[in-house]
Amino acid sequence: MNPIDNKSPAACSSEIDASLRVPLLALFGGAALWLVVGLVLGLLAGLKFHAPDLLGACPLMTYGRLAPAANDAVLYGFAIPAALGVILWIMSRLSGMPVALPIVPVVAANIWNVGVLVGIAGILIGESTGYPWLEFPRAAAVLLFAAFLLIAVSAAATFGWRRQRELFPAHWFLFAALLWFPWTYSSANLFLTAVHVPRGMVQAVIDWWFANNLLFVWLGLAGVGIAFYFLPKIGGRPLASSGYALFGFLTLMFFGSWVGIPVGAPVPAWLPTVSTVAAMLSIPPVIAIAIVSLRTACGAKVVCFGGPFCFLRFGLLSFFLGSMLYLITGCPRFGHLVQFTWYSVGQTQLTLLGFFVMVVLGGIYEILSKTSGLELPFPKLAKAHCYLAMLGVLLYAVPLVIGGVEQGIRLQNPAVPFADANAAALLWLRISSTGQILLILGSLLLALNIFVMTIKWKIALGKSLFAAVTAPLPVTEVKA
Amino acid sequence: MKTGIGVFVAAFAALGASWAGFVLAPSLQLGGTKVTTVLNSTDEYPVQRPGEAALGLQVYRANGCAACHTQQVQQDGTAFEVVLTGAGKDPVTVSNLAAGLKLTGLTKEAADAAAKTIADAGGKTETHLSGTGADISRGWGSRHSVAVDFLYDAPVQPGSLRAGPDLTNIGARAADANWQLVHLYAPKAIVKDSTMPSFAYLFEVRAATGSAEALKLPAGFAAPAGFEVVPTPAARHLAAYLLSLHADAPLYEAPYSQLAKP
Ligand code: HEC
Repeated sequence: MNPIDNKSPAACSSEIDASLRVPLLALFGGAALWLVVGLVLGLLAGLKFHAPDLLGACPLMTYGRLAPAANDAVLYGFAIPAALGVILWIMSRLSGMPVALPIVPVVAANIWNVGVLVGIAGILIGESTGYPWLEFPRAAAVLLFAAFLLIAVSAAATFGWRRQRELFPAHWFLFAALLWFPWTYSSANLFLTAVHVPRGMVQAVIDWWFANNLLFVWLGLAGVGIAFYFLPKIGGRPLASSGYALFGFLTLMFFGSWVGIPVGAPVPAWLPTVSTVAAMLSIPPVIAIAIVSLRTACGAKVVCFGGPFCFLRFGLLSFFLGSMLYLITGCPRFGHLVQFTWYSVGQTQLTLLGFFVMVVLGGIYEILSKTSGLELPFPKLAKAHCYLAMLGVLLYAVPLVIGGVEQGIRLQNPAVPFADANAAALLWLRISSTGQILLILGSLLLALNIFVMTIKWKIALGKSLFAAVTAPLPVTEVKA
Repeated sequence: MKTGIGVFVAAFAALGASWAGFVLAPSLQLGGTKVTTVLNSTDEYPVQRPGEAALGLQVYRANGCAACHTQQVQQDGTAFEVVLTGAGKDPVTVSNLAAGLKLTGLTKEAADAAAKTIADAGGKTETHLSGTGADISRGWGSRHSVAVDFLYDAPVQPGSLRAGPDLTNIGARAADANWQLVHLYAPKAIVKDSTMPSFAYLFEVRAATGSAEALKLPAGFAAPAGFEVVPTPAARHLAAYLLSLHADAPLYEAPYSQLAKP
């Protein structure tokens, strides 16, 4: 799928890139800010375990609010909108078309950012819904849903009017992702924030269904789709074994969407049993995707010291590890052991930050200078970001996974007092806070690059506008 | 996957199926959950939380207590226990006999056999059923949690991380409102190295009026002389909610400690 940009009937790639300049800078700029915010909130939350009364007098900064706010800021603030930006770009490139309705994603980006702001503020002032990963109050959820639909419409229209008829593996994954989010998000919100909320544990089942479909299936579809576009593109060779890719795509959707009800949950026994079976059946697609990635990435002669290829490879490795760590919790014995420990926190962060965010960052760094028509202001800092992020994820997520297993073993042994089981985890939490600091430093470098770039672009825009209008018009009418 | 329509149909079918299975079906099945009765009794279970406690559930939600606390007791299995209730005509023989037998952690068959041996010697026994597992040994509950425990709660907050103890039965474990309030105000006043954050912002420090509401705090945590710490309504509601957490009634689907046939 590599050289399509050069095929004759399609629009030339610089035209496509230019059409996406404003939408992408809007999406990426907001996302970069939220990433910093989310990681800082996460660090503050983590520090509470070393100093429980840090900022304790301030209700906005209590652990139970900081922790979900941090997760949601990274997921809804960065991961989803940034991925949507990258997806729009991929869709345009694959269609050989400038993005359709370019004003739509710009409007959507702003709606989205307002939605995230309302949501995070809502959580911090105590208006969370109380459902994990769906904490945003209703007003915020409506904004996010509307903004997502707008962007999906723009992507679908770009696809519908395409000049390039072929369908690539990246298409399958990204399409499914565009359908998946609005359905799961609206459905879960409709049920859980409705006037007549379903009774009792139905709420938890719906929330687990949603969280699995977002954190495992959606991140998988969108992240793998993005990676399956860039791997061959940067590597300069076609995607290997697309039969495996098709198998992985279908089975991930059909089986992966049934995972997520924890073993031992206080619900009718068939629910966790179905999830256990689905988790085992979801291992083959994860392996298939890993094989495709490995075969495509390995032969590529790309020197990637900290470049986009590096982000992608690390992301795909984390996809494999994070997904496997997730799926094996479907085994009843192991699931019981780690169920209420830091293990799942570490696993989730490995998938979210190690896989998805890394893949999206690879995409952003690859297209940023193309779409803005400007050089990256600080290319060295982009590379530094790669190393900081990789090290940060390892230090953040892996200790939580290991510490979680240790905590689980102690919790399972009633002779060990609860406080001791807890204390065992504290040491690991300390290491993970170090990882969070590195991640913050990295995200600041991204924000710096994007903002300096945006400012330069605005200045250039202003200058050219100025040049175009100075002669015939009075200066007062010049607006940049 | 040659056409966009094909991809769309596949994705639609996959997600539709899981939606029907995990959203629709549970809504129909579990959504119809009704109040049940306590095992071997006519008492209804669960009972609605009293007004203050229902408000307290929202305080629990707003402050994200579920980020550190679960409300789900897990259970590995069940075990029978034979208890000697009468020694009959020959107490010495019977109690010696009983002392020589394994009477706890038994299967049904082993329990029946032990009961029979003692009965043959003239003793009287009762057989009890109890849950087993780490949570139950820790005293967090007598049985595993079941869906009906959460019937009246919205949002349900089963929790997913045990950075703090399970609270399913905290209302039975620490049934004193003042204890709960002191713990919320200053966890370290009760557990020296507690990593639970203080929720002092749910309290008010004001000039002492000798009010009955004022917390009785241990030395080192008390308000400065001439001042007192009183709970805000939110803190009172939260404490009422914590006291209402008591999901331990034996049920048909989660029985324990029942008098089984000897
Ligand atoms: C950062 C994690 C954390 C948060 C948030 C948290 N707790 Fe705790 N909680 C703990 C820890 C750790 C303990 C055990 C040490 C102790 O008793 O202080 C505990 C203990 C408790 C106990 C006593 C349990 C027992 O078995 O003795 C209660 C009751 C309690 N917490 C209620 C709450 C409530 C209500 C909230 C929300 C307002 C809350 N906790 C928020 C960590 C937390």
